[in-house]
Amino acid sequence: MTTVIRVQGMEKSYKDLRVLRGVDFEVAKGSIFALLGSNGAGKTTVVKILSTLLKADAGTATVNGFDVAAQPENVRESISLTGQFAAVDEILTGRENLVLVAKLRHLKDPGTIADTLLGRFSLADAGARKVSTYSGGMRRRLDIAMSLIGSPPVIFLDEPTTGLDPQARIEVWDAVRELAGQGTTVLLTTQYLDEAEHLADRIAILHEGRILVHGTLAELKQLLPPATVEYVEKQPSLEDVFLSLVGTNH
Amino acid sequence: MRKHFLGDTAVLLGRSMTHVTRSVDTIITTAIMPVAMMLLFVYVFGGAISTGSPSYVTYLLPGILLITVASGISYTAFRLFTDMKSGVFERFHSMPIARSSVLWAHVLTSLVANLISLVVVVGVALIMGFRSSAGILAWLAVAGIMILFTLALTWLAVIPGLTAKSVEGAGVFAYPLMFLPFLSSAFVPTGTMPGPLRAFAENQPVTSIVNAIRALFTESPLGNDIWIALGWCVGILIVTYAFATAAYRRKIA
Repeated sequence: MTTVIRVQGMEKSYKDLRVLRGVDFEVAKGSIFALLGSNGAGKTTVVKILSTLLKADAGTATVNGFDVAAQPENVRESISLTGQFAAVDEILTGRENLVLVAKLRHLKDPGTIADTLLGRFSLADAGARKVSTYSGGMRRRLDIAMSLIGSPPVIFLDEPTTGLDPQARIEVWDAVRELAGQGTTVLLTTQYLDEAEHLADRIAILHEGRILVHGTLAELKQLLPPATVEYVEKQPSLEDVFLSLVGTNH
Repeated sequence: MRKHFLGDTAVLLGRSMTHVTRSVDTIITTAIMPVAMMLLFVYVFGGAISTGSPSYVTYLLPGILLITVASGISYTAFRLFTDMKSGVFERFHSMPIARSSVLWAHVLTSLVANLISLVVVVGVALIMGFRSSAGILAWLAVAGIMILFTLALTWLAVIPGLTAKSVEGAGVFAYPLMFLPFLSSAFVPTGTMPGPLRAFAENQPVTSIVNAIRALFTESPLGNDIWIALGWCVGILIVTYAFATAAYRRKIA
């Protein structure tokens, strides 16, 4: 199993505020890795350093074999970032957004790439509309579609489902699973425990600038005393009720 | 990534020019304020102002052109601010492109959008009776001064565009710039102003730029004004460029 992302002793302060106090983790190729933490835990800072938008104060980090500080251009060739807020151009249409990114990645035939992705993310009908008319879920899908252009081997998703309704969330989850299935390495940050549980192969809990624990879901569960068996009547969750009423096939 | 600089800049210029053409209102509002001012001064105050020039609109136009640019660059700051806040900047910066092309695309867009507004304003002035016997060389010289002036103010606009905390903050710096022509030879000759004000008016950049353009339009002797004007434009350009790129480097750390 090859390691695609390796972070060792990463530290970062904003003036007096020590956001990261020595973060270490590794992500294996083709896996989904969730960085779980509450607001302000430093998740976004980790992602920004790995995507060469910020420089760490200490420690080393490599992405796809390239050092983020010494070889940022090689790192940028290897990654794609979907930031916390859907970074789409509101004034352009969905298709124009995709064409723009394809052109900036210097790919041939940007129009065909755009049309393929519009189809894959169920945006074909909305492709000619300005993004300012899109719903939150559509924007997020477009945002992720833009990140897939050029098939970078590593994708960072910073809180990809924050602010989405349950259906849009499931659509994003499906897209992420499909990506990992094709061998793309996904690092996602989330504050939702169930998102990490559903999606991630490995989970790291980031708290006050350090990784508290790091492992598969099963490994994390073993950290607590073994579960006692109780018999409880199964109540549908509100999510089950909502999704069965509005008719999603999940 | 140097090899991609021109291509990436062209792609991003295309993008922000689409923003300009999709919101035609920005070009119109950019041009409408100076046009309104021109109408007001020519038809309301103009009759009472004695400039020694046969046509007040011809006297006034150079100052109006500077006001057009001063109001236009607030949109440059606004577009830049929106890209910073929406995360579009971060998306571009995490991609394998020439990073500086992101900023240059905004600067070139500002230049093109302002030149379009200037053409509109000159068109209205022609309808209002502006006439110039200036030849092609003089017009090219006027265009050159306006391009330098627009670039200097555009780099000034980049600074709040990158560093402002709110949309209002990004645009507010343009107001004093629009006011500066009133304290110059743009609307009235400086000769009637009281001493200290006159000293300020005669030595601030707007007066020399206005006088140089006016001389080019009327084919009068240029004197030193053209060199002082060019000196101001280039000087402001160098200073604002230095501060803007420093602010940019801090932002992309």
